[in-house]
Amino acid sequence: MANTYELIASSTVGAGGATTIDFTSIPSTYTDLVLICSLRVARASTVNNTVIKFNSSSSSYSEKILYGNGSSAGSYSDTQIYDVNNAANSTSNTFANSQFYIPNYTGSANKSVSNDSVAENNATAATSQLVAGLWSNSAAISSISLTDYSGTNFVQYSTAYLYGVKNA
Amino acid sequence: MPKPTRIEINCETGVESIIELTDAEIAEMEAAAAQAEAERAAKEADDAAKAEAKAALLDRLGITAEEAKLLLA
Repeated sequence: MANTYELIASSTVGAGGATTIDFTSIPSTYTDLVLICSLRVARASTVNNTVIKFNSSSSSYSEKILYGNGSSAGSYSDTQIYDVNNAANSTSNTFANSQFYIPNYTGSANKSVSNDSVAENNATAATSQLVAGLWSNSAAISSISLTDYSGTNFVQYSTAYLYGVKNA
Repeated sequence: MPKPTRIEINCETGVESIIELTDAEIAEMEAAAAQAEAERAAKEADDAAKAEAKAALLDRLGITAEEAKLLLA
């Protein structure tokens, strides 16, 4: 990891679970942000999605997704930005791996986001995907929220680490 | 039954808080979840319909999917 990476904050979900992980008051002293997540939700499925939002905004998002799931591959578009996470029917005690990269998060241009994620599953069916996302908003990003697509809880030991990158 | 909670981490202070969702937030989350489920079901139905149409076309043409790929290569 580049020596300009600095851990800004992190969170580990406790025993009761949590619907959302919010990073607020993000300092504007970095060039880029990196958010590394290891998440699992309580929903009864093999894989689910974690939606990322900025500054509590629910609009002006778009994304293109490339995915593979063990039996097929494809691409599609959506009006939210999300990765894949593990859900209750995936291999017990496994968590997804996901990284969001958000360059120039304090600039006045629209904010691009890339994501690389995989939902771990010890079976043929396991989903990985790449995302090119855009938040069409000129505001500097000062908060990030992560919420499960279906509104279910992140389970205990799910983690999210937010890093700042200087001079990227 | 306890209310659902969210985790808020203030990056300036490093303070992490566990906050109960308000009734409005719960309603908003439930609405979003219902919409997500509806969209997911619609996409799955669309994918199934496309797969069915593809299989029917291959059947009508009397060729396999591999043979169709060869034709398009």
